[in-house]
Amino acid sequence: MHKRALFKNPWLPYLLLAPQIAITVVFFLWPAYRALEQSFFMEDAFGFSRQFVALENYAALFHDPGYLKSFRTTLVFGLSVTALAMSLSLMLAVAANRVLRAATAYRTFLIWPYAVAPALAGVIWYFLMNPSLGIVAYWLKGLGIEWNHYVNGEQALIMVVIAATWKQISYNFLFFLAGLQSIPKSLIEAAAIDRAGPARRFRTIVFPLISPTTFFLLIVNLVYAFFDTFALIHATTEGGPADSTSILVFRVYNTGFIGQDYGSSAAQSVILMAMVIGMTIIQFRYVERRVTY
Amino acid sequence: MVENRPLAALLTHAVLIAGILFLCFPVWMALVASTHGPGALAHAPIPLWFGDQGWQNYRQLLTGGLPEAGGVPVGRMMVNSLVMALGITFGKIAVSIIAAYAIVYFRFPLRMLFFWVIFLTLMLPVEVRILPTFDVIVRLDMLNSYAGLTIPLIASATATFLFRQFFLTIPDELTEAARIDRAGPLRFFWDILLPLSRTNIAALFIILFIYGWNQYLWPLLITTDEGFYTVVMGIQRMVNSGESLPVWHYVMGTAVLAMIPPVVVVVAMQKLFVKGLVESEK
Repeated sequence: MHKRALFKNPWLPYLLLAPQIAITVVFFLWPAYRALEQSFFMEDAFGFSRQFVALENYAALFHDPGYLKSFRTTLVFGLSVTALAMSLSLMLAVAANRVLRAATAYRTFLIWPYAVAPALAGVIWYFLMNPSLGIVAYWLKGLGIEWNHYVNGEQALIMVVIAATWKQISYNFLFFLAGLQSIPKSLIEAAAIDRAGPARRFRTIVFPLISPTTFFLLIVNLVYAFFDTFALIHATTEGGPADSTSILVFRVYNTGFIGQDYGSSAAQSVILMAMVIGMTIIQFRYVERRVTY
Repeated sequence: MVENRPLAALLTHAVLIAGILFLCFPVWMALVASTHGPGALAHAPIPLWFGDQGWQNYRQLLTGGLPEAGGVPVGRMMVNSLVMALGITFGKIAVSIIAAYAIVYFRFPLRMLFFWVIFLTLMLPVEVRILPTFDVIVRLDMLNSYAGLTIPLIASATATFLFRQFFLTIPDELTEAARIDRAGPLRFFWDILLPLSRTNIAALFIILFIYGWNQYLWPLLITTDEGFYTVVMGIQRMVNSGESLPVWHYVMGTAVLAMIPPVVVVVAMQKLFVKGLVESEK
């Protein structure tokens, strides 16, 4: 789509674009380029000299069991958060779409966690599950489960998954609800007249019709779990215990700022950037074409 | 609902109420914990109802701060958060509305190149390029300043796209009429485009305010001076305060204070928020 009516001016458009482009170049493209460049070098401990090592930083990463484990942790974390957050919010959206009474009140109570920062969500769940005084840990003890995310890596991972899911439900809920509301009522009614029950209608009509939304959310949730949850992890477990919650973005930070290994951190950055770019491209290709059904 | 199924209706409400309980319970506990003294939170089970220390706790937090977290009053951190959130919000809106205007209403060499450069920012979140970005900030001497907290974050592909989409729906006749009346490009922008964009700006404002307020990694990188801490990021110092155990009644009080502004914005302007969210991201 293009405009027929345009303005002509030799310099005004450049002036209007200047702030946006300047910030993008200085704070986005230049650092991204630097990360790419740095990833091919190895720096000595004091930062005085550096040496070109080609792909050695990358090779070292893929031979580092810690990094491979972090990859696995990220995948487990990302997929669990995505699966949980999406299925729970789809359930809530279907329910909210059915009610006539108090619909606005329900919606208000379901969307506000969107505004809570991931770091805060993490800190609050960290408190609830604190082994010595957390209420949830206390209840779990009543059920015979000894909860201690300070020593048990698996439990630490479960805790951050729950916190990350809790925070993401509202977002997914809103998009699913918007998707459900755009389905023509007549379709549902026609199916009901043909004696398709609610479960059948959901499976054969509703679910296929919201598949573009589902796909969009799938990518957004994965991106959220892979990248936006840095704050959640940093404010609570700090990657521990024993690296069990050290997802890739946390590791980039840790290797660079705490470990001061710039070459390796840069290589990790480049790998992450490749992941984001890949996911964004997939998203746009499919959003353009829509998922077919 | 198409047919009358009382059982299904019951289940529907049950699901919704369970969902709401799951979402509200943690914050309820945070609220409750923030009104107790350290004694009540020393061992399990902690109380499920409010204590009588609330007023005292919040006053201490807002004005006094905690020695464990550098002794900065949370009130100060909230002011910092507000400055950062508003700076990012207004900056992003201003920068992206003029960029979208240039891209939609002008034809000029390299237009598509600029379009793609803006698009790229969408793909490069701070989290994945931490060190080199930090390096740039150090070189520009932007550590511990409000400029450092806001300016690097005000480039926005999403906001630019939202305005672009919106401008494309504005009928060409308006532009033609304006030109016949001899309005120049700036006049047209100021007198016609900007007033028409009001709703979009308001919707975007909500989303961006939340985005700005909830920044974590960026202030973590930019601030070493406690006086510039923002509240969402400062809370981490209270939780991981080294040797001493976290003072949970203060931590939860800070968490509550930190979530009040964005939650109020979302709840109070719910309609605009939903519009902003669904339109800006899709």
